[in-house]
Parts: sequence; structure tokens; C-alpha cells
Amino acid sequence: MNLMMLLEMAAASAGEREALVCEGERWTHGELFAAAGRAAARVRASGVERVALLDVSSPAVPIALFASAWAGRPFVPLNYRLTGPELDVLIERVRPALLIADRERAAALGRREGVQAVAREDFLAGVRAPGPAPDPDWAMEPDDVAIWLFTSGTTGAPKAALLRHRHLVSYILGSVEFMSASEADAALVSVPPYHVAGMAALLSSIYAGRRIVQLPAFSPERWLALVESERVTNAFVVPTMLARVVDALEAGGGKPPRTLRALAYGGGKMPLPVIERAMRLFGQADLTNAYGLTETSSTIAVLGPDDHREAAASDAPDVRRRLSSVGRPLPGVEVEIRDPDGKPVPAGQRGEVCVRGEQVSGEYLGRASRIGPGGWFPTNDGGFLDEAGYLFVEGRIDDVIVRGGENLSPGEIEDVLLGHPAVADVAVVGVPDVEWGEGVAAAIVLKEGAQASAGEIQAWVKKHLRSSRVPQLVRFEPELPYNEAGKLLRRRVREALARTS
Amino acid sequence: MAKLKAGSRLKSAVCDTQVMVIAAPAGDVDLRCGGAALTELSVTAPRGAIHPDHKNGTQIGKRYVNDDGSLELLCTKPGEGSLAVGEARLKLKEAKALPSSD
Repeated sequence: MNLMMLLEMAAASAGEREALVCEGERWTHGELFAAAGRAAARVRASGVERVALLDVSSPAVPIALFASAWAGRPFVPLNYRLTGPELDVLIERVRPALLIADRERAAALGRREGVQAVAREDFLAGVRAPGPAPDPDWAMEPDDVAIWLFTSGTTGAPKAALLRHRHLVSYILGSVEFMSASEADAALVSVPPYHVAGMAALLSSIYAGRRIVQLPAFSPERWLALVESERVTNAFVVPTMLARVVDALEAGGGKPPRTLRALAYGGGKMPLPVIERAMRLFGQADLTNAYGLTETSSTIAVLGPDDHREAAASDAPDVRRRLSSVGRPLPGVEVEIRDPDGKPVPAGQRGEVCVRGEQVSGEYLGRASRIGPGGWFPTNDGGFLDEAGYLFVEGRIDDVIVRGGENLSPGEIEDVLLGHPAVADVAVVGVPDVEWGEGVAAAIVLKEGAQASAGEIQAWVKKHLRSSRVPQLVRFEPELPYNEAGKLLRRRVREALARTS
Repeated sequence: MAKLKAGSRLKSAVCDTQVMVIAAPAGDVDLRCGGAALTELSVTAPRGAIHPDHKNGTQIGKRYVNDDGSLELLCTKPGEGSLAVGEARLKLKEAKALPSSD
């Protein structure tokens, strides 16, 4: 088992088909395969142990990913926004490594011991050559590590999740039908390479035979323009991207791109109002919500297009609310909700989301595996399953507010607040409280031109939930802090609100 | 008869078929393609003839399973022979269509 096999099959079946376009530069499956082979030879000759990439999306990303698999070294995409000491820590852990970066960083980092740096343009020029591909000679060792992904580190120091060939190949074989896309299909990849969804998007599209359209730097205007010019049919976005695309579309008159047939979103909690606006704007497109973690090789549950339509059209509250669920587990993936003692709980009860399946890694560099007895991985996400098996994820267990011995889920309170007509965005966190240990606090972003007082916000929560959930502190903010992958930086909200209280 | 290791690749001795083992039972398996035992990828023996009863072909990207699902193969290169354990033909595994999620 080796990721290279996925590209080899695509190149054998559709070698002349366009696999990738980035800023007008086009590659076929056959060209990607040959380039991966030449790059693998370079990796082997250099004697490094890892291949790292510190760069935005470009054809160098899939080529370096597959070349690493071919050469039997882990591929390590690094967050290109990191600088200084944060980056130094990661470089220290990946070396000796071949590092692909923009020209400026390649020059600077190439002076470090154990770092052989190459500028992206030079790397690509060196592997894009005419002539036959090298003979396949990669190892078929399922346990070899294919990718290290440093998790986003919204809390604490970054950890490197290890994804082995068997995890990623299982994910692809279990979720993608080989060459199921038509030649007219194109997937817009706007998530960065260091995000698991960025890696998964490349692998899925290549195995499906779907042309990849890379967008190196996201903006809603560029995203919409690229959908138009490259006739994009499929796209995946994180919540902030979708919110910004929806804003831009509404500001520009609300005409959705004609070619877009399928729009998937995930990578963070999507506010219900954004989903509803997206459904109105992209009425003709299939919407899919994908839930997954770095440690699970991307998606483990999906709320598919039919689920979206059924929920949106229903008057039954328990069907309607599925719009804010993450759907049902993929075939080959099992989900269980467990109480703090590790016992499974029945439908409707809250607990920790635990997952089992071939694609689940649950492993970090230099640490013991987090896979427990029976193969179950505790995700540290809290949530519940409904009677029909739809999974509702309510945020990290660490974010649970413990108020006077009662566990309160920020997600539950946030969902209610997002239903308030004046509220555009919200974060609910715990703040120190003398009487209760922890108290509920809400940071609220109001819609443009909308008004609401703290008292009105508190009354709204009281109307919908038990009084223990009513925020004792409500602060209005111009915006909330997100990282570039669209993940709310809850720790920063907590720190700011703790100072106020 | 041979032990099969998940993740390993095998090829047909009588046609172009290549497969990767996704899952395999613990013991020896009499895995055949086109009526003849599969071999390691590295083996370069003269090619025999396909048995006429085992000539339905394999399709790239399709998964093949035995009756109890303990054996599962992915066809990585197509050929003219059909896959079987002994005389029992492997079946095409129907894949559930999923929405593209990334």
C-alpha cells in the first residue's frame, strides 16, 4: 500500500487528462507521475529523512507529496504563515530535510544545518522534463508514514499527527470511486497544503480523475473569478471562506456561478444562518457538510445534498435541526458517543465523539497512540447522535464550561444566540467566577446596522434554554479572532473576556 | 496457495491484471486470475494461457471480494482474466455513491 499507487492508476487510465491547473500552468496525470518519479530520485540522492514544504498551493505540493511517497520519506507541509521561533521549532523537528519554499525563505533557511532548501520554481523546473517516467520502485509498506501534519495549535504547542499510507489509502478507497469524474469536472482547492483537507482534496481529485484548480491565496473575489474562468464544478471551503463568498455574492447582486454543481464545507462549525444563505444563493448546487480531523485522515462523516434538502424543507424540529449536524459516518467508519467513564451512551445523550475505522490514525510524533481498546479514538470533540444516527458536534470537550458542577456546552448556547436576528457571529466561553467556579460569557458580533443590548441577549437565551446557560457577561466586538483555516481562536476570546470579568 | 499480506501487490501469470490486497484471511489462499495462481510483481516467467472459463476480465479501480468478505482486492491494472479463489469467482464490490466532500 502506497499513495503512489493512486497516482499510478490515474496516470495509467487517464495519463493525457488534465490533472491540475495553477495560475494558468497545466499538468496532466502522466506529467505529474513522471515529475514525482524524478523528484523521488532527487530526494533519495539527497540523503534526507523528510521532505518539507513551506509554501502556498502550487503544482509543487502534489509532486512533493507523491515524490515523498515514492522515495519512502514522510511529507511535511508547514504553515507558511509561521515565522521566527515558532517556525524554528518545526524546522528542528523535520531536519534532515529537503525543504521546498518560496525563493526568499529557501535562501534564508537553506543556510541551516540539515536543511537542503530549494525554491519552488527551481524544484518544478528540475522535475518538469520530457521523456519517460522512472520505473515504479516504491515500497508497498502500509505502515510507512506518508504525511506529518502539525495540528493547528489553537491550544498549546503544535503536535505532528502521523498519517500512514494505510490510513490515507483506506480513506480514498472508502470514499472515492476511481475515475468517477468526467473530463469536464474541476475541483477548486483553496485550503492550504498544511491543512488535512488540502492533502485529502489532492488525493481524492486525482483518484476520481477530477481536474484540480489551485487557488494559492484565498479571497472571495478571486475564488468566484476562478470558478467562472476554469468552469469549476466542485469546491470545498472552510466556514470563514463560505461566509465571505456568500457576503461577496450578495453584495454583487447574488448571481451564483453557473458551473458550480457541488459545494462542500467543513473544518469548523458553520453557523446555521450562513448555511441557510448559502442554500438560497447556491440553490442549484449540491451542498455537503464534511466533518473530520487531522488524526482521522480528513472526513469521517458527511451531511449530503439530500440531507440538506430534506432538513431545510421539513417542519419537524428534529429533522430541521439536522442542518446543523455533520451528517452520518462514512461507510467503514463507526462513531460512538461515550460518557466520561468511557461507556457508550444512547442516542440524544451528550458525550465525547469516539471513532473507529481503517483511516483513523490517532497517533502523534513521539507520543503513545491515542487509539484505545477496541480501536476507538477519542476525538476530544463533544456531541451527540440523534435517533436516526445524525451526528451533532458541539465543540472541543476542553471548551466545556463547568458552572457549579454543571457541564455546559458552548455550542448549544452559540446555536441559540446565532438564531437572534441581530447576531452575526458569537463565541461562548467560560470565565473565572468566584461563586460558580466558571461562568458563561459571550462575545458577540452584531449584524451591520443591527442593535441589541446585553439585556436583550440574555433574555433571548433565557427564553430558549435553562437559566444556568444565560451569559453573565455579554461583550460586543467588531469581529472574532479566527486562524487562517477558519478555526475560532477560543483561547483568545477567553483571555479577553476573563480580563473584562 | 499462498499467504496474502494486506497492502501487497500481485500480478496475473496469464494476463495484464495487477491487484493490491486490501484485506485477506489469515491462512493460505488459492488466489487465481485467468485460472492460474497470481505471482509477485517481480516474477518474470513466460506467460501461460488464460483458462477459457476464467476470462471475464478485471477492471481498474474496482474492488473484488469473496463470498464472506474476508478477501478484498483492488484491481490496479486491468486484464482479460477473472479473479477467483480456487474455482469460486470473486465478485465485484458495489460501492455506495458518496458526495464529494473535499
